[in-house]
Amino acid sequence: MEKILEVNKLTKVFGKGCPNCFDKTGPELDTNVCPDCGSVVAAHELSFDLYKGEILGIMGESGSGKSTVVKNLFFDQEPTSGHAIFYDDDKQYDLFSLNAAQKRHLRNHRFGMVYQNPHLGLNFGISSGGNIAERLLMNDLRHYKEIRERARELLERTEVLTNRMDELPGNFSGGMQQRVQIAKALAINPPLLFLDEVTTGLDLSVQAKILDLILEIQQEMNTAMIVVTHDLGVVRLLAGRTIVMKYGRIIESGLTDQILEDPQHAYTQRLVASAL
Amino acid sequence: MTAMRQAKAVYPFGFLDEYAKKEVRRTVLKAIAIPGYQVPYSSREMPMGRGFGTGGLQLTLSLIGSNDTLKVIDQGSDDSVNAVNLRSFIEMTCEGINTTDVTDEADLIQSRHRIPEKPLREDQLIILQVPYPDPLVVVEPSEDKRKVMHGEADYSRLLVKLYEDIVQFDEITISHRYPTRINHHYIIDPSPIPRWDVPKLHQSKALILLGAGREKKIYAVPPYTDAEPLAFDDVPFRVENFIDQHGKRRACDRCGDTTSFLDEFTSSDGNKVYQCSDSDWCREQLQKKGA
Repeated sequence: MEKILEVNKLTKVFGKGCPNCFDKTGPELDTNVCPDCGSVVAAHELSFDLYKGEILGIMGESGSGKSTVVKNLFFDQEPTSGHAIFYDDDKQYDLFSLNAAQKRHLRNHRFGMVYQNPHLGLNFGISSGGNIAERLLMNDLRHYKEIRERARELLERTEVLTNRMDELPGNFSGGMQQRVQIAKALAINPPLLFLDEVTTGLDLSVQAKILDLILEIQQEMNTAMIVVTHDLGVVRLLAGRTIVMKYGRIIESGLTDQILEDPQHAYTQRLVASAL
Repeated sequence: MTAMRQAKAVYPFGFLDEYAKKEVRRTVLKAIAIPGYQVPYSSREMPMGRGFGTGGLQLTLSLIGSNDTLKVIDQGSDDSVNAVNLRSFIEMTCEGINTTDVTDEADLIQSRHRIPEKPLREDQLIILQVPYPDPLVVVEPSEDKRKVMHGEADYSRLLVKLYEDIVQFDEITISHRYPTRINHHYIIDPSPIPRWDVPKLHQSKALILLGAGREKKIYAVPPYTDAEPLAFDDVPFRVENFIDQHGKRRACDRCGDTTSFLDEFTSSDGNKVYQCSDSDWCREQLQKKGA
């Protein structure tokens, strides 16, 4: 299998940091706040690979640093240290050493992001079709009819009624907004998609539909995805491999089935046991 | 008259002190060097409210010399309030300059919201008064972020605005301040000139300077520079066509010209009347007809 992303020792500290930050935090010490300087260690030396067409789950409780990972990879935040290499056909990008214009290029042309809160991913001042058009325009498509056609296709694909494509996303239900957001992220057929708690806060039947949609898309377009969630069900359904995080550290990683059936780390065992 | 004499006694040529003029000139050089980039400058207090053409006025006062001939127009007319006031202020503070109504005779043209119909020459200079210099202000309220967007030529949100327009009205409805891309990078707000004037920016022979006094920005469209109005491949930019309900091009009520930008107003008997917006152009057409 072809590698698409290689993350090496990604570290993110909020606060000024001190030499003791990493020694005095972590799952063993049951904290991610450094007692000496008060900095928060959101991620410490995380390393993992992602392959083409694969779905990787990142699981953990809130505050474990799982969202930090995708925010850093999508350039919403800047890491404190570490490397990440993105393999794009025959090109390679060292993500954290790119300049602002190169970052924007990757964000606009190669990556997709679906946030938990549609307000982060969508512009609520413009229509749903306009939101998708924005993404296509970023990708240098300048033909109105083509943009319109593509936006309609995408909304159809994500099961949003196309006769409502010119309405503001604010008029839609939460599940519909999430589907518009997914359509927007997919507009440019990105080889790499980040999903940050996409089903949290939606009711169960809508959750199931959106998860189905994500799986279908992955199979159709062979998109590699990183799925961040605290929901065991989501990981079980989507992810082939899973990383379990706590206090900014990876405490367990491997095949999802293995982790769920035979958890090694005490925390994972508790997590799996507590699942309803 | 006493006020005028006093003004001469107190103020240097061009009202502004030499340091202020020097700063404006340096800003102009930078603006020309980076076509379409909004160069910030420390807009001085002028003896009139900001937003009344102080940006254009500071440019004119900094660039005019005592042998130059100046034309001041307001929406095409030399006799509108704004034009008359600015002209008499410049006459008062710049000893020895000439003023004219005739586009051909002018070295410098300060204009509010129009570019003369008559094509300008290489030795002429046009200064446009700008109320809002940044075209991105409609999509991004933070100036900090707008600067980054300009730097990276990230204008997709502006195009979304056009997309939404076409969705709603089947065409782009921006009537003036039409976002225009200069030299294939920066998009400018070309001041509230009508669409009609936007093509005149493209490969213009004359240097075009734009000054926003309240917003403290100067930018330029240098001579022979590309200026493309924003549009879609299949929904091209178009100018006003002035076609009446019978499909005929309207003519100026005064000179009968059918090639100029027309103003519409209501006559005393309630009828709609169309006249050339550019009063010097209209006068010239009348003269040609008479001859």
